[in-house]
Amino acid sequence: MRELSLHIMDVAENGVAAGATLIDIAVAEGRKGNRLEITIKDNGRGIPAPLLEQVLNPFYTTRTTRRVGLGLSLFREASRRCEGDFHIKSREGEGTEVYASFKRDHIDLAPFGDIAGSLTSLIMGNPDVDFVYRHKVDGELFRLDTREVKQELEDVSIQHPDVIRYLADLIRESVAELQSPKVPSSSSREKEKEREE
Amino acid sequence: MPKLTIEDLKKIRESAKKKTALREGETSIKITVHMGTCGIAAGAREVMDALLEELTEADRQDIRVVTSGCMGMCSSEPNVTVQISGQDPVIYQHMDRNKMRQVFKRHVLLGEVQTDFALARMK
Repeated sequence: MRELSLHIMDVAENGVAAGATLIDIAVAEGRKGNRLEITIKDNGRGIPAPLLEQVLNPFYTTRTTRRVGLGLSLFREASRRCEGDFHIKSREGEGTEVYASFKRDHIDLAPFGDIAGSLTSLIMGNPDVDFVYRHKVDGELFRLDTREVKQELEDVSIQHPDVIRYLADLIRESVAELQSPKVPSSSSREKEKEREE
Repeated sequence: MPKLTIEDLKKIRESAKKKTALREGETSIKITVHMGTCGIAAGAREVMDALLEELTEADRQDIRVVTSGCMGMCSSEPNVTVQISGQDPVIYQHMDRNKMRQVFKRHVLLGEVQTDFALARMK
């Protein structure tokens, strides 16, 4: 996978396949702590305990019972490569939580990528599933909840091309702004100069 | 940071309503983008992106786009299935942005199956 956003889409599609009605995606980045964390939670049917140990085995597949191993094992490898942690929690009948963390400036970390494309593909392809996306960089937060969008749209479908395009632009701009390196304000730059002198 | 605003959504809702009021109808064409791990890794999201652009341009309300999982033919991903009511579904293989645009313009809108990219016709 060339982008973290593609991993996110892949794991979210697992949730859809598991019959989830709500998928919660949370990204937390900390510049100071040098961490990037991704948590994807769904309220699908969950993974039975005996299966949970096997889903990370790339050679294990559950074509007949829906959960497939390759996507999750690739995600785990990506986080391992970047000195991160990975875990899956799941309870049958309640849902599944996938967590991966990364060292934010690790040389092997894939680009975050086009999250707007990932989210709109998910929304477009699964209009009956709701998605919550939260992206935090240090203290700043961007949040999108398709339940709120649907409520405002009333009888217009969230799949309407105008809506999808609006959401794509919104996500793209917001996340770009969150992730952009902070330029120190002119006053703080002046202070630094003074100190140097 | 740009914010999701209720005013924006209201505007979209009103303009969308006006457009759809003109032509109500059943969906007659279904386009499936296969989005298993294999499809995503091979570029299914870019294909979906191009499809959404074409769909916006075409402004047709009777076309439905859905995603599905892996079909089991991972080596031919990204796969796209075009299903026009009354006709056999056609599966396309090794799709990319440009091929998707061509399939949309020729097959979906004009009914000409693009056999060069086709993997199979399901009977």
